[in-house]
Amino acid sequence: MKKGKTIKLPKEFARFTWRNKGFVIGLSILTILIILAFGASYFSPYDPRRWNTAPRDMPPSWKYPLGTTTLGQDLFWLLTWALRNSLAIGFTGSLTGLAIGALLGFIAGYRGGNLDRAIILVADIFIAIPTLMLIILIGSIIKANLNIGILGVLYGILTWGMPVRNVRSMILSLREREFSYIDIFSGLSTSEIIFRHYFPYIFPWISMAAINRMFGAIGAEVTLAIFGLSAIDEATLGTMLYWALKYQALLRGVYWWILTPTVTLMLLFTSLYLTSVGLNIYLNPRTRLQRTIGGE
Amino acid sequence: MKGVYLYIVSRLIVYLLVIFTGITLCFIIPRITGASPVEVVITRMASYGEYYDPAVIQGLKETLEELYGLKGSLWEQYIAFLRRLFMGDLGVSLTEFPTPVSALINRSLPWTVGLLLFTTLISWILGNLIGGIAGYFERTKWSNLLTGFSIIVHNIPYYILGLCLVLLFSYFIPLLPMMGGYSIGVKPTFSLEFILDVLSHALLPALSIITVSYGGSFITMRALSITTKNEDFTRFAEIMRLDKHTVLYRYVIRNALLPQVTGLAVALGNIFTGALALEVVFGYPGLGNLLYRALINSYYNLIMGLTTYSIFAVATALLILDFIYPFIDPRIRYR
Repeated sequence: MKKGKTIKLPKEFARFTWRNKGFVIGLSILTILIILAFGASYFSPYDPRRWNTAPRDMPPSWKYPLGTTTLGQDLFWLLTWALRNSLAIGFTGSLTGLAIGALLGFIAGYRGGNLDRAIILVADIFIAIPTLMLIILIGSIIKANLNIGILGVLYGILTWGMPVRNVRSMILSLREREFSYIDIFSGLSTSEIIFRHYFPYIFPWISMAAINRMFGAIGAEVTLAIFGLSAIDEATLGTMLYWALKYQALLRGVYWWILTPTVTLMLLFTSLYLTSVGLNIYLNPRTRLQRTIGGE
Repeated sequence: MKGVYLYIVSRLIVYLLVIFTGITLCFIIPRITGASPVEVVITRMASYGEYYDPAVIQGLKETLEELYGLKGSLWEQYIAFLRRLFMGDLGVSLTEFPTPVSALINRSLPWTVGLLLFTTLISWILGNLIGGIAGYFERTKWSNLLTGFSIIVHNIPYYILGLCLVLLFSYFIPLLPMMGGYSIGVKPTFSLEFILDVLSHALLPALSIITVSYGGSFITMRALSITTKNEDFTRFAEIMRLDKHTVLYRYVIRNALLPQVTGLAVALGNIFTGALALEVVFGYPGLGNLLYRALINSYYNLIMGLTTYSIFAVATALLILDFIYPFIDPRIRYR
């Protein structure tokens, strides 16, 4: 049984990608961006954050493929660093909140009772509180100490409310399934039930949510940066925009300075979304069943 | 009937709890981070390179602590903070000294509310109407095209799309003004000329909000419309040979619209703080720019004030939604 599955998987995946062009486009753009961020950025001949390492205000050319900034930075290398940091903020921001939320959701759904009620109440309050204003408020006070890690974690701990609700409702429905009763009656431990039998059901949702929450985290960093509240001296997509806006790049005709982070963000968001939609279709057990049965 | 009262009371309690917790978080977080807004202001003044007498600085410190409500023990501060908030007093402005914060906010408020109320309603109506029709004619080419467009735009932040539009329509093709709420040097008067000037400045920011939120409501509405189209009552209406127009508007869109009301309520709750960064990018004279100036001057009462406003707005919008939803959707019953 298991062996048959592993042989079939690549074939099934190939057939799936053939039918979902959007997923392929999204995944390819995302791969290129990830290679730029985590591969190319290490080949930078110098620290691209430093000012005056390149001539100022040069339009895109062979030597400077994306042009240079008024501060004398090469936009291409700056972009690779910025992508790396923005993606890092996205990962930490997304996963921190998801981990807290999913864990509490597990506990609330599995235990029930007063603990459940208390967790849900606190989660609801966190859902209703406007996250962005709170991050701006915190950012304005610890402005000097902000860095990539803190930004990510901050976003995570303010947005754990939604995953609690989602995971809890999934656990509630799983708990009533027949296999849960069999598990309990056959004396499996709680952790075994949760990790071996519930987790596979919840995993598709978690991977989708992880991608979707990355928009929020990356976007929040850019918003903060526009207000001058990000780690200003680091290279992120947000701080690239911050400096470009601060030096009035548009009014002075240095349009490539604004265009680079803007287009990159659009590509990043669109490719992430297409990938997440594709993954959802692929991982969704219902369509998956149709595919394997229909394909035989 | 008793159940209804019980529901209303418990919902009201949650509402108050949300606002109370939100405001308390606003109070606690700045204090547990250990960073003092007073120190920030004083370091900033020192960084201008002027010399101040230590006695003057000490006096300044005390005045600032008084203004920021940082005097006394934590508990006393908290009580004073709540009492002032209850009276609607958000403290005074530092940049324009005796002006209270609420006056400053109220000055920028019409710009923001005007922009967001208008764009939220327009994009909600457009997105749901076109999304509903596109879902009904699911397999046509234009429906797929519109869906593709919405997928690309719907989760791009407003300001990113805004920057693209500025590059396109005021940089490469100089059609519309790049920045501001009205032309520099023009005095705000109630004349046709001024109104047209304001509208031409608001067009690009409005267009970026409308496009993005249109995409959002389009995508959900299309999915809802496809589900409703396949429900038995719609099939029945079609079999009865009701004309397509009636089926589409009376059966499909009308029923699919119900869950979308939630989206509208959430969007209206974000009416103060929904497009802060967009306003900064466009130099639009709303709350975003007010906040931007407040942040540059590390001017803290205003940030607190704005946060309080947005907590109230979001919580109230959700409360109103919960109360009116049963009137819109008769299937929902209070337990």
